[in-house]
Amino acid sequence: MKFNKKSPWILHYDGSSCNGCDIEVLACLTPLFDVERFGAINTGNPKHADILLITGSINEQNVSVVQQLYEQMPHPKAVVAVGACACTGGIFKECYNVLGGAQAAIPVDIFVAGCAARPEAIIDGVVKALDKLK
Amino acid sequence: MTWVLSVLQVLGILIFVPIIGGLLTGVDRIISARMQSRKGPPLLQPFYDVFKLLKKEATTVNHATGYFVTGSVLFNILTVVLFCMGVDLLLCIFAFTLGCVLFVLAGYSSHSPYSFVGSERELIQIMCYEPMILIMAFGYYRVVESFNVGDAFTQNAPAIVKLPLIFLGLVYVLTIKLRKSPFDLSMSHHGHQEIVKGITTELTGTSLALLEISHWFETVFALGLVYLFFVYSAPFSWAVAAAICLVVFFLEIIIDNGFARVKWKFALTSSWIVIIVTGGANLMYLSLF
Repeated sequence: MKFNKKSPWILHYDGSSCNGCDIEVLACLTPLFDVERFGAINTGNPKHADILLITGSINEQNVSVVQQLYEQMPHPKAVVAVGACACTGGIFKECYNVLGGAQAAIPVDIFVAGCAARPEAIIDGVVKALDKLK
Repeated sequence: MTWVLSVLQVLGILIFVPIIGGLLTGVDRIISARMQSRKGPPLLQPFYDVFKLLKKEATTVNHATGYFVTGSVLFNILTVVLFCMGVDLLLCIFAFTLGCVLFVLAGYSSHSPYSFVGSERELIQIMCYEPMILIMAFGYYRVVESFNVGDAFTQNAPAIVKLPLIFLGLVYVLTIKLRKSPFDLSMSHHGHQEIVKGITTELTGTSLALLEISHWFETVFALGLVYLFFVYSAPFSWAVAAAICLVVFFLEIIIDNGFARVKWKFALTSSWIVIIVTGGANLMYLSLF
């Protein structure tokens, strides 16, 4: 039995976005969606996390922050880019200080499309990311 | 042959206590979720978490941390083993305190400001509950006329009859030991960020798993103290005492969900006021009558 699939602890980081995806990530914790059904916890501590959820685009200022968070997470770990901005840079792509999506900083395992991404899609992305935890 | 029996008894304690503690934590998480009108995790979720953490990569800032955490866990296990074997209550309390102090040192050894804050808050928490546990031991001695845990089973009446106020005081400080809001200052068991996670901030993998197991033992010991108040020579009292332990645990879950985290000054002053009023009045009553 693979226990790491039954207990995904999530770290959520917002790059630079309109906060729409962040609100949807938090919506996953509410009674309507309740990700704790799958044992998922929003940890807020990279050292306890299994899955890094990134919303928003990566810019010159936060690229080092995202890389550090990723390095602090112990193996096995997976990265989920949530929303158009985290996937490609989205509407902010042409901005002078934006480098692009989450992949500009760290390797991404799962891309969740949407603007904003729906809670169902985010949960689906997390569940798919569990297969990447080895 | 008696030593064979003792070894079997210890093995039984080492196997069943973590199972009971883990199941209690699982029930806690489900009830908490239902109180927030969520479905909540599976009953066995705490075990899944621990098995996952055991398999995760361990990143240690300072190797001493691992030794302190292991020491803390071993002394917590020793506490429960001594308690279940029915030996001296004071010995259990001292072993328990040593486990707590090693846990504080684990926080200090990791050189993280968040762990430092956690360790300092844990020391304050020890100040909050330790006097009450000692007063409970004194009260227990006055009633049972022995510090032995096993002698509670030979009494004609449960200790609660003569120690009602000490029991109330103990339930107040148990909130601290069960790491429930409003007193989960040094280390919350909910998903949280650095300050609230306190001592565990820098712990990963095996250390975190051991700490979780240690908390299961702590929970069982805390409820064991409640059990001592209600048990006496009549066999049915064993079941009644166990039921009351579950009621107290449920009450703690309600308190956990109903109150916001307080500041350390309130935790300290309120618990000392409760200790002085309940413990003092009850000990005075015992010495007068």
